[in-house]
Amino acid sequence: MTTTISKSRKRSHIGGTARYPVAGYLGRGRVRPGSIVHDLDGAIQEEPKTASPAAAFVSGAKAIAPVLLALLPFGLAFGATAMGSGLSAFEALGMSVFVFGGAAQLAATTLLSAGASVAVVVLTVLIINLRLVLYSASLAPHFRRLPVGWKGLLSYLLTDQAYAATITRFDDGETEEPDKRWYYLGVALAIWVMWMPATLLGVFLGARVSEGWSLDFVSPLIFIALAVPAVKDRTTGAAALSAGVAALFAAALPLNLGLIAAAIVGVLGGLIAETVAERSRR
Amino acid sequence: MSTLTLWLTILGAGAVTFALRLSFIALLGRIEIPPFLGRALRFVPAAVLTAVVIPLLFYANGALEVSPGNERLLAGLAAALIAWRTRSVLFTLGGGMATLWTLQTIGQSL
Repeated sequence: MTTTISKSRKRSHIGGTARYPVAGYLGRGRVRPGSIVHDLDGAIQEEPKTASPAAAFVSGAKAIAPVLLALLPFGLAFGATAMGSGLSAFEALGMSVFVFGGAAQLAATTLLSAGASVAVVVLTVLIINLRLVLYSASLAPHFRRLPVGWKGLLSYLLTDQAYAATITRFDDGETEEPDKRWYYLGVALAIWVMWMPATLLGVFLGARVSEGWSLDFVSPLIFIALAVPAVKDRTTGAAALSAGVAALFAAALPLNLGLIAAAIVGVLGGLIAETVAERSRR
Repeated sequence: MSTLTLWLTILGAGAVTFALRLSFIALLGRIEIPPFLGRALRFVPAAVLTAVVIPLLFYANGALEVSPGNERLLAGLAAALIAWRTRSVLFTLGGGMATLWTLQTIGQSL
């Protein structure tokens, strides 16, 4: 369910140098009209492979359909956890609407039930969702000529699943503007439409299902299903290992800061492993 | 936590998340991720998700518990194995829950 950017793709987009050579040099200024960037765009625009917006939207929604099935237990788990943490149905739904990210929502409700402060919960959500910055950077070149309203809407709907389902297609040039926005909207809106009722279903079922079924165990299981694919090579493995070991000892930290501390240790572990690997290659 | 504080938390978490999503989509061409930060961000998913999971499995009732009696730890390890082999959320969920229920049944009958 989670997807992270491959190394090569990350380099080409975040660096901003592979497809848009000029953007790197204009780093701090605006892109000037008539620059090479604009000329490139003009060239691309001349031969668009367009279907209709509706067709692009529908094919996006169809492509994401199998993923929606996996979202159901995730949403159920969140709803049930939220109920267990003492949130009302309205508050649980509010979190789904405003945060719209399963992992962050689950962690936030767990922290809330442990009595964490506002600052710690918001900071934890920030850290868990930091990966969205990577997706944003990776998708940005594809959305750069959209009006502000579209940028806002498509950003709000950005999730692991929406990113995973669109970026490969976009990067391969299989979809061109204006189909990109509609295809992405079809994917991302379908996820949104699935997530809200799944949350509510979890809220109502969660209250009814007895403790004997240990359904609260669903949320650790979902985190396991997300964490394992995030380990893609030795360096990300080192990040996970150091975060895990740190988490064992950091759990006793005051203010529920253990998660944040362990995450920082994990990132440092990954950076150190990467540096060591690069040195030994030379 | 009062209802007002709770809603402040929800809105704060929502605002922060939206800012992260919008960041580069809104600012492309004006700012760039510094190379070091880009490198660090690559490790965030693996680090954060593991940091979330580990205490949920290793701690029972607020205390560290590493023993065969910790059914959640064993079921979690089984689920990690399934996730690694299948990469499927549904199989991981199903396998993990089935393992937990089995271990609980065995534990009760002992």
